[in-house]
Amino acid sequence: MTGGTLIILALGLPLFAALSIWIVGKHPNQREAVTLFTAVALLVVVLAILPLILAGLPVRLELGAPLPGLHIAFAVEPLGMIFACVASFLWIVNSVFSIGYMRGNDEPRQTRFYICFAIAIAATMGLAFAENLFTLFICYEALTLSTYPLVTHHKNEEARRAGRTYLGILLGSSVVLLLPAIIATFVLTGSVTFTPGGIMAGKVGPVIGGILFLLYLYGIGKAALMPMHRWLPAAMVAPTPVSALLHAVAVVKAGVFTVVKVTVYIFGLDYLRDLAMADVALYLAGFTILMASIIALRQDNLKRRLAYSTVSQLSYVILAALILSPLSTMGAALHIAVHAFGKITLFMAAGAIYTAAHKTKVSELAGIGRRMPWTMGAFAIGAISMIGLPPAAGFLSKWYMLLGAMEVEQWFAVAVILGSTLLNAAYFLPIVYAAFLKPEVANGHGHDHGEAPLPIVLALVTTGAGTILLFLFPGPALELATRLVGQ
Amino acid sequence: MNGLITSLLAYLSAHLPALQVVVPLVAAPLCLLAGRAGLAWIIAFTASVAATAIAATLAYLTFHNGVIHYDMGGWAPPWGIEYVVDTANAFILLLVSAIATVVLAFSPASIAKEIRPGSQHLFYCMFILCLTGLLGITVTGDAFNVFVFLEISSLSSYALIALGGQRKALTAAFQYLVMGTIGATFFLIGVGLLYMMTGTLNMADMQARIPALQDSRPVLAAFAFITVGLALKAALFPLHLWLPNAYAYAPSAVSAFLAATATKVSLYVLLRFTFTIFGAKFAFLDLPLHWALLAPAVIAMFAGSFTAIFQRDIKRMLAYSSIAQIGYITLAISLASSAGIAAALIHIFNHGLIKAALFCAMGCIFYRIGSTRIENMAGLGQQMPWTMTAIIIAGLSLLGVPLTAGFISKWYLVQATLQADLWWLVLLIALSSMLALVYVWRLVETMYFKDPPPGREAAGEAPLSMLLPTLLLAGANIYFGLDTRLPVSMAESAAALLLRGQLP
Repeated sequence: MTGGTLIILALGLPLFAALSIWIVGKHPNQREAVTLFTAVALLVVVLAILPLILAGLPVRLELGAPLPGLHIAFAVEPLGMIFACVASFLWIVNSVFSIGYMRGNDEPRQTRFYICFAIAIAATMGLAFAENLFTLFICYEALTLSTYPLVTHHKNEEARRAGRTYLGILLGSSVVLLLPAIIATFVLTGSVTFTPGGIMAGKVGPVIGGILFLLYLYGIGKAALMPMHRWLPAAMVAPTPVSALLHAVAVVKAGVFTVVKVTVYIFGLDYLRDLAMADVALYLAGFTILMASIIALRQDNLKRRLAYSTVSQLSYVILAALILSPLSTMGAALHIAVHAFGKITLFMAAGAIYTAAHKTKVSELAGIGRRMPWTMGAFAIGAISMIGLPPAAGFLSKWYMLLGAMEVEQWFAVAVILGSTLLNAAYFLPIVYAAFLKPEVANGHGHDHGEAPLPIVLALVTTGAGTILLFLFPGPALELATRLVGQ
Repeated sequence: MNGLITSLLAYLSAHLPALQVVVPLVAAPLCLLAGRAGLAWIIAFTASVAATAIAATLAYLTFHNGVIHYDMGGWAPPWGIEYVVDTANAFILLLVSAIATVVLAFSPASIAKEIRPGSQHLFYCMFILCLTGLLGITVTGDAFNVFVFLEISSLSSYALIALGGQRKALTAAFQYLVMGTIGATFFLIGVGLLYMMTGTLNMADMQARIPALQDSRPVLAAFAFITVGLALKAALFPLHLWLPNAYAYAPSAVSAFLAATATKVSLYVLLRFTFTIFGAKFAFLDLPLHWALLAPAVIAMFAGSFTAIFQRDIKRMLAYSSIAQIGYITLAISLASSAGIAAALIHIFNHGLIKAALFCAMGCIFYRIGSTRIENMAGLGQQMPWTMTAIIIAGLSLLGVPLTAGFISKWYLVQATLQADLWWLVLLIALSSMLALVYVWRLVETMYFKDPPPGREAAGEAPLSMLLPTLLLAGANIYFGLDTRLPVSMAESAAALLLRGQLP
């Protein structure tokens, strides 16, 4: 099969699944079978592209050009490959989790849930493979719109308000800042195609370049650079599978993925080295890392604490990209994968706790580790990965970031990474400690429960194991990251 | 037999510019004579389909073979009236007649609900007459002829608006009548002054003679009168006061048709007079038309959208949104570059599709619940899912989300603005489109999240005869977001024709 066919399949399978789910919506078992089957098929397709990329072969598809010079085109490159592999693999796991969670909690409107989910995955695939900013922008907006019904799934006042924040910030920032930046890039350079080495050099002066860079950073609201981060905690009103796959992996990673793509392929590392604004942006990312961690410390709602942790971790990727050394860019690429595995595990654990024990607060979790050893065990692994300790994969990306930062003597970045490591430990380890070592508090209305339903446990154990396996066998991911920086 | 048909076709095709106007013009009295709604509809619909076919043929011919000149009644100009069709007006002709056809397809059920049985055939008569006027304004190459058709379209649209179900429709129509007449009079005074100075009413002759008379007071006054008169008809801020009531109280089909076409035709005439007759150099370099259009346009973008946010009646909300959108179009014109004119024409086209779809959707809702007030529309999302889909698609197009027609408009508008080095203006365009997000999403939220008000019966979808045209218009918003060849190539060709390299 040629590369183009594989790309069509990668985009078409989830869309076809959405259609099929709609048709068989009345039969839950068939409906879930469609989701699972498509998810597996999608992974197979994505993995079939991998050897082509590793062999350095071009994988390209062009669908047409709505406007002269603007093509809807896809071309797979290493970073997109990492993102697509992670997203498609985790979709399988998360689908298993979804089935356990949605049935376990008797959620309404499940058919619509799975339809929107599949569309969101299609948008993610398109975004990962986009050849140019225009195509990427289309998928970016499709991702926002297809996840809106998922965020507002419960259709109550709280969901409505959260949906407003979600859509207002994501759609607003993209329309007000990102789109003008893209059009300006097109007008100034005559191109919006992702090109190794960037397209700005020699065409855009430092002042306009700096403004454009800021427009991109804040316009890509999905990257959650403060103060554009507020949509992410708001999105936590969604059912946990949505928070797990979309708001720990697909949507947020789409944001930082776009930032890295713009940094590497539109501006180019060499161009950015001469840009004063890149330093400013580095400080902004560092500020977000620390500030979000401090806010996370004070959240009692488990999902909100995880959300702020995500905000902080996303800025790691931005920071790493802005250190502007090849090693740290590799760290940024790896962190997209690594954080995905760790954070989805944490969210699934939160969902498992909610399903089994109906608890949502950190302060209620004392002693829960004895009732739910698998869940909390996986949670512990996820937490260790967030902190960046071996044997979890989080260590890997942090290592490369620090190496890169030291190589170019970017001591501010080093300090931020180390400082936030302590903060990460401060807001995750007490949970693990309380869950396993503190006695359970009998508050009268607690009830007897064991582990969450099997699909949920299965899913989170898989991603937990994945977090460790990625540390032990980082080969393909490292290989792709190396290719990203062209070494 | 074959030879006869061939020669008949050849004869007809030689007279297409005249037939463009004559076909609907003849249909109008026939509708009146028909006396019954059903028959009148058939006549009107047939005429508008024919008009669309003629417009499409003219568009094709002008695009490939260049400008078509046609002497009315065989009288050569300057004695006779000349019709001139180039890509600029062929494009508008196509938009107007196509929208009229879709809206007419939508009309029967909607009109049966909103207008009492005895007057329904009058509606079709007025509608097709209004179409005649709009097509005539666009196709003619004679300045006074523009005024005649302007009056035909205006008078019939006053009557159409007055057909609205509420008593307020009468005051709305009267308000429009007063302001519309002022606008038309201003335009007529302007044309009169030009006639006095140039001794001709033929646009091409005027164009040739004005450069020598540029500094004379009457020509300057004519320019001012014509620009203000057309701005009034086009509802450019602050001359927009007639528009909200007119669109809000008119029957649904009338709102859809007028919102998509009437103001657009006035904007086309403004383009024609500014660029072809007076010349861009005169208007933009000698006179400050750039600022005279840009300042109201920017205010309209914000004031229109901002006011729209607070409207309880969604038709009124859409009307204010139109004022803001006319602001975008005027902004693009004010750039006086070929990119700007192309952006204006593209948005004229795309905004026509957007607003026609939205007003038709409102017609569907009015058909079912007898109201377009937002509080009555709570929970309609489940009960009218297809109408809701059309609203969401057209709403996203209004916001300029990619893969919709609105995105193409926005892309060209921002691109033209950037090419004119007006960075601050890009920011304003982007910010004002955030306001559109607020008012569109307010509607979507109400329909989607809120529970239906107690006492409202469960409403189903509107009849297919209304729903299909609505969905067709919504679908066109997606189609022209993907396949932009028609609007973009026509608009770019028209922009080149209008500007003729007048400005550096």
